[in-house]
Amino acid sequence: MIELHHLHKTYHLKSGDVAALQDVSLRIEEGSVYGVIGYSGAGKSTLVRCLNLLEVPDSGTMTVGDSGEITFQNGRPFQGGAAMNARCQNDMRRGIGMIFQHFNLLERSTVFDNIAYPLRHTGRSRRQIEERVRELLALVDLRDKIDVYPSQLSGGQKQRVAIARALAANPRILLSDEATSALDPNATESILNLLKELNRKLGITIVLITHEMAVIKAIADRVAVMENGRVVEEGSVYDIFAAPKAEITKKFIASASPLGKVDRLMAEGSELVRVKPGELLVKLVFQKDCVSEHILTTAARRFGFDLNVVLANVEYLQGNPLGGMIGILSGGQEQIENGIAFLAQNHVSTEVIRDGSVD
Amino acid sequence: MEAWIKQWIPNLYTYRDKFFKSCGATVEMFWKAGLIAFVIGLAFGILLVVTKKDGICRNTIVYQITNLVINVFRSIPFIILLIFLIPLTRALVGTAINVKGAILPLVFGIVPFYTRQVEVALSGVAPGKIEAARSMGSSTLGLIFRVYLHEAVPDLIRVTTVTAISLIGLTTMAGAVGAGGLGSFAINYGQNQNHPDIVNVCVVVLLAVTFVLQSLGNVLSRRTTNRGLFTIRHKP
Repeated sequence: MIELHHLHKTYHLKSGDVAALQDVSLRIEEGSVYGVIGYSGAGKSTLVRCLNLLEVPDSGTMTVGDSGEITFQNGRPFQGGAAMNARCQNDMRRGIGMIFQHFNLLERSTVFDNIAYPLRHTGRSRRQIEERVRELLALVDLRDKIDVYPSQLSGGQKQRVAIARALAANPRILLSDEATSALDPNATESILNLLKELNRKLGITIVLITHEMAVIKAIADRVAVMENGRVVEEGSVYDIFAAPKAEITKKFIASASPLGKVDRLMAEGSELVRVKPGELLVKLVFQKDCVSEHILTTAARRFGFDLNVVLANVEYLQGNPLGGMIGILSGGQEQIENGIAFLAQNHVSTEVIRDGSVD
Repeated sequence: MEAWIKQWIPNLYTYRDKFFKSCGATVEMFWKAGLIAFVIGLAFGILLVVTKKDGICRNTIVYQITNLVINVFRSIPFIILLIFLIPLTRALVGTAINVKGAILPLVFGIVPFYTRQVEVALSGVAPGKIEAARSMGSSTLGLIFRVYLHEAVPDLIRVTTVTAISLIGLTTMAGAVGAGGLGSFAINYGQNQNHPDIVNVCVVVLLAVTFVLQSLGNVLSRRTTNRGLFTIRHKP
């Protein structure tokens, strides 16, 4: 389990102070996949680097795995009342794996030597190291690349090597810093599947940061949305997708959902989203159970409104369906209002995007 | 063969013993000063990289002092440095003349240059690799030996080659303190006694050595780019 309490971190640059973390508190359950999303400069990189002390917060406390409570004062870490020295910090880092956007493999070392890096000089025998490396290569499905150099590998394969290297010393936590951002869609999918599989198989806690909502959608259980060094929204991925509150969260979700296309249609002045007086352009969100029921047609029949569907989509998040629909409601004000009220009672939320009477 | 030599390079033939002795002196200065400078330059280069801002062992005072000393010695022309260091050389090695007296000024002359080159080579190691190694719990020494020095090998070979060639240039000036070598041979027996064949042969010899060093450097640095010099094969 990872717990962060009131972490603060400010960079003092020539151009002025930048608050990278402002009062960040989070709780990440053991064995979960936790996503942190934000635009570049939001502080997510700093946050994930604080977890293995590559960056040290100015103040706050944190517990990472079995580290016990670590307190930060004036940009220095203290553990159990005593300052953590370099050796102590290095020991802690060995228990936390990390993978990066640009893989950061040693170019002059073979796949074997890259994966063996964290195992050497730790009292393990040659035989033990070779055994462990072979085990890891099997885990990431690269058995035939043992003596190959990184320059001969594809991006996805390099990231697999990096994952094997990060897991070599059996960490209970894996940090992923934009691990799929430099990969093509196929490689991205295979790396995300691998991470999910490792999470399931090894029970390893994964903290991943990304600027792509699709990544969160694919593998995360919970997500924190960061902006200007603050966590502006936090919750289960399903809840965040179903009912985002912060403006920035809505933007991220629009970027990952086919329904986001409505913004472009409106900007282009498309015929599809034009509403006459008395009509409403709405977004309907159907959560879990009601996706499979015929609430919408029931409502339309009972209250006598019409719905012209513009865009519709059903996603599966953590195995639960989430339906979304953009459409134009017409057929009289009263009918529409009653219909919306009925839908709300049945857990279908309605958001008016454009009102024909106002425009 | 002998007739051919006598016909084309008669003066060199006359002074052949002096010529071979001069070659020997140049070689001796080169490898002795080179070896010492290699170790010291590498150490200073590492010191600069790790102590600079954003380095793994940031230490502004150490960095600034090292930087200043290197800049000062880099800006002194070698022939002046040679004379300037005479008292120090005499105090340290007992004499300021001959090959023995030339080693120290040669080291002082080449180390600042080499240090800068090493610094550049090590700075070429991607910061991401350092960060990854830190995330795996590597200590400062681990980072220096297992990441910086390991990943920079092709660049280090390249800059060492360049430095070695400069060092040959410096050894020819050491004749000024009576160290002998090809430089003073070319001036005393070639130029001053009006024996152009001697000068020409010295030029050809130095060209050949430079060419061999450069080629060796190129081959080695190419052979170590994106790979180790030797690859250990594992059983499938």
